[in-house]
Amino acid sequence: MLSIESFVAISLIKTVIALFVLLTAVAYTVWLERKVVGHMQNRWGPTRVGPFGLLQPLADGVKFMFKEDLIPPHVYKPLYMAAPMLAVVFALTSIAVIPVGNSISIGGIQTSLQIADVNIGLLIILGVTSLGVYGVALAGWSSNSKYSLLGGLRASAQMVSYEIALGLSLVGVLILSGSLSLREIVDAQSGTYWGVLPRWNIFPQFIAFFIYLMAAYAETNRIPFDLPEAETELVAGYHTEYSAMKFAMFFMAEYANMITVACVASLLFLGGWHGPRFGPPLLQAILPVFWFALRIFGFLFVYIWIRGTLPRFRYDQLMAFGWKFLLPLAIANLVVTALVVAIQS
Amino acid sequence: MGDQITKDPASFISHLELDQPDKTFLDSNELIINMGPQHPATHGVLRVILKLDGEKVLGTECVIGYLHRGVEKIAEHRTYTMFNPYVDRMDYVAAVSNGLGYCEAVEKLMNVQAPPRANYIRVILTELNRLASHQLWLGTHALDIGAMTPLFYTFRDREEILKIFEKYCGARLTTHAFRIGGCLYETYDGFEQDVKKFIDFLPPKIDEYEELLTTNRIWVERTKGVGKITAADCVALGVTGPVLRASGVKWDLRKAQPYAAYSEFDFDIPIGQSGDTYDRYLVRMEEMRQSLRIIRQAVERIPEGPIMAKVPKVIKPAVGEIYHSIEAPKGELGYFIVSDGSTQPYRIRVRPPSFVNLQALDLMVRGQLVADVIAVIGTLDIVLGEVDR
Amino acid sequence: MHLILFLAFGAVCVAGAVNLLVQKHPINSALSLVVVMGSLAAEYLLLGAEFVAAVQVIVYAGAVMVLFVFVIMLLNAGEEEETKGSRVAMIFGIPGMLVGSLLIAWVLIEHSGNKSLAAGALPGPPKTIGWLLFHDYLLPFEVTSVLVLIAIMGAVVLAAAPASAGGRKD
Repeated sequence: MLSIESFVAISLIKTVIALFVLLTAVAYTVWLERKVVGHMQNRWGPTRVGPFGLLQPLADGVKFMFKEDLIPPHVYKPLYMAAPMLAVVFALTSIAVIPVGNSISIGGIQTSLQIADVNIGLLIILGVTSLGVYGVALAGWSSNSKYSLLGGLRASAQMVSYEIALGLSLVGVLILSGSLSLREIVDAQSGTYWGVLPRWNIFPQFIAFFIYLMAAYAETNRIPFDLPEAETELVAGYHTEYSAMKFAMFFMAEYANMITVACVASLLFLGGWHGPRFGPPLLQAILPVFWFALRIFGFLFVYIWIRGTLPRFRYDQLMAFGWKFLLPLAIANLVVTALVVAIQS
Repeated sequence: MGDQITKDPASFISHLELDQPDKTFLDSNELIINMGPQHPATHGVLRVILKLDGEKVLGTECVIGYLHRGVEKIAEHRTYTMFNPYVDRMDYVAAVSNGLGYCEAVEKLMNVQAPPRANYIRVILTELNRLASHQLWLGTHALDIGAMTPLFYTFRDREEILKIFEKYCGARLTTHAFRIGGCLYETYDGFEQDVKKFIDFLPPKIDEYEELLTTNRIWVERTKGVGKITAADCVALGVTGPVLRASGVKWDLRKAQPYAAYSEFDFDIPIGQSGDTYDRYLVRMEEMRQSLRIIRQAVERIPEGPIMAKVPKVIKPAVGEIYHSIEAPKGELGYFIVSDGSTQPYRIRVRPPSFVNLQALDLMVRGQLVADVIAVIGTLDIVLGEVDR
Repeated sequence: MHLILFLAFGAVCVAGAVNLLVQKHPINSALSLVVVMGSLAAEYLLLGAEFVAAVQVIVYAGAVMVLFVFVIMLLNAGEEEETKGSRVAMIFGIPGMLVGSLLIAWVLIEHSGNKSLAAGALPGPPKTIGWLLFHDYLLPFEVTSVLVLIAIMGAVVLAAAPASAGGRKD
């Protein structure tokens, strides 16, 4: 058992590292998106700042910080200021319970690659993301703009609806692994089926994975479900009236949410950090983290790919899709999974 | 429209006879939204005042004139030749068509016939321009509905057309390609090869656009049954072009009143049935293929000969008036010219297809959702330069 | 450590509740209620009922209160008007409330037999809660769900009635 001081110190170090990595990842996801979508549309994407435009996120960050922070008249100021902060705080919080690999020992101290190893990690992620809707809804309401209000209303309705399908799609996985702890869920996916197929939850739970994918896109307001900020209809939706760093916060929140969703998908469906391990001990220690990052990258790539391909739903179609298709499908999947598990045991 | 302009958008709407929904104590929340003139999806400076119940559209009012330059008035102070470049600035996406309509109208007024070779060159360039216009429509329409990529694909391929224009007359957008009586420039060396290469290059690209959209479930759901308009309504409102044809009326001036050399070519007029946004999309896609067919025939059969008719240096039509219209990419583009026998037209009135088609907007979007307004503005294919003139 | 945190969140909870009453703008009141829900969840967590805590956040703060905020946004409710308040409420309300809360506290203390609840004593893991719900308290659980179902049906009937009447007119 660690002393309380060293526990706090280690947690603090881990938090700082995790936040640094997450924010860098957020910045480079933006770069990745611009680059990948650019190449899909026969353009180059950013090329000017640094090699391959690699310093573009830095330039963007500097620009956001030095832009004038406009506050339109007649906004409800306390909430107008609080909304972007809420959005970004809730988006960043979920990283606290996400494990990125097995435990490692540095200088004799055994520590897990996770800020907080809690039993109900998954529930915490769901809870925190369900709070994320406040940032969006309050931004829409407090901006005193009709476009923002419509965007905020759309966003809150959409996020609340899709959360149900999202949650239900995960329950199937929980039944299979019998735990709410993300670490245990990943551990339950080690090994293979019949010696060839990795024992990932995506194979028995492919319907759940599909539902999760759809609901996650809707939850993070991405194409084809990006109605809250549908730029051709509502200008920019709930963040129409925001500028400079406040706008950047919404932007960061969106991409941080994408990364969280990708993390959860990798942990729950794609076997987390499991993968071949070889080479010297140091490489053996790093490889799991690498496999995990690779899965997240793949998931983000699909996100971007979809963006380059699909048009956007209409609001009523989106609601019908969520309530009339995804939700019944998720419930059916849950019932079938429960039956199969009950018969097997 | 214009005489009702006041500062308060709400007072506009009160002029509309709106179907009042049954009011309960909760849905007193009718929302009036000013869409535009600065809005990413109104294709320029169109301002639409929307009256909404939640997301449902109860009524619309278009406010136009933000791009008004008084083109028709300018004409009264320019000679016939001097006015020619001005028409390019109306529908700047289809400048060649505008020029063709104007030149032919003046020729008709003067009883001059452009020589056959000039007519062929005119057909080739006009049809290329129709392709460019439809490509621009497709890209922006898809972008409005949320698909980003088609825009870049169509602009990539439209570039090839603009290159041909640039080689032919030095300009890419506002070409001023034709003169009264024929063409000023002979085709450049390699023009035929360039055009032939392009008509072989484009069909797979059109397939590529269609692959992204035609069978895409989201695209179909977003466009089918959206912005429906019946043939009778189209005729009553004077709507022409692909919008009319998608409602099932086989009316294309290239066939109905052939001009230039169109009577010599073999092509079909695609029509739709239901008059919804999806049908308009299909009609325009097919029109692109038919345009390629026309260009292929024209470039293969292009005759030798002069490119300019005998036209006096100073154009001075006899007293009289004329209405001449052509099938521009967006519909019937007509010029009504009154001549008082001087070197300057007494009056020119343009019948722009975008302006007339825009009238159908309110009919098409009532009772639909906000997102459909955007889809319908896109599918009407308006160019504000032409609406406002 | 636990006790300090427990007291701190308790204080936040009470402060949120008072703020809820004091605030004039409905959206502020709703947000104070969110704070109350959140701090209640933290209290559950400190008592060891981690599953209940998570559900509290997901259901109450994340869904129910979002709908509250949604409705306030939709109706665009403004600030309340200041009323003098009735004198009867001032005279009898505050003492009445004090008496009531003391009564509840007394009943609770008497019935728990002076046992205070240790931190982490409540059923925490979801497995235990599932067992309790679906075995020991199956009947009340099912009855409650039927009750909720009836409420949903009632809401649907109430909400649908004017729409169908309007539909017939078309």
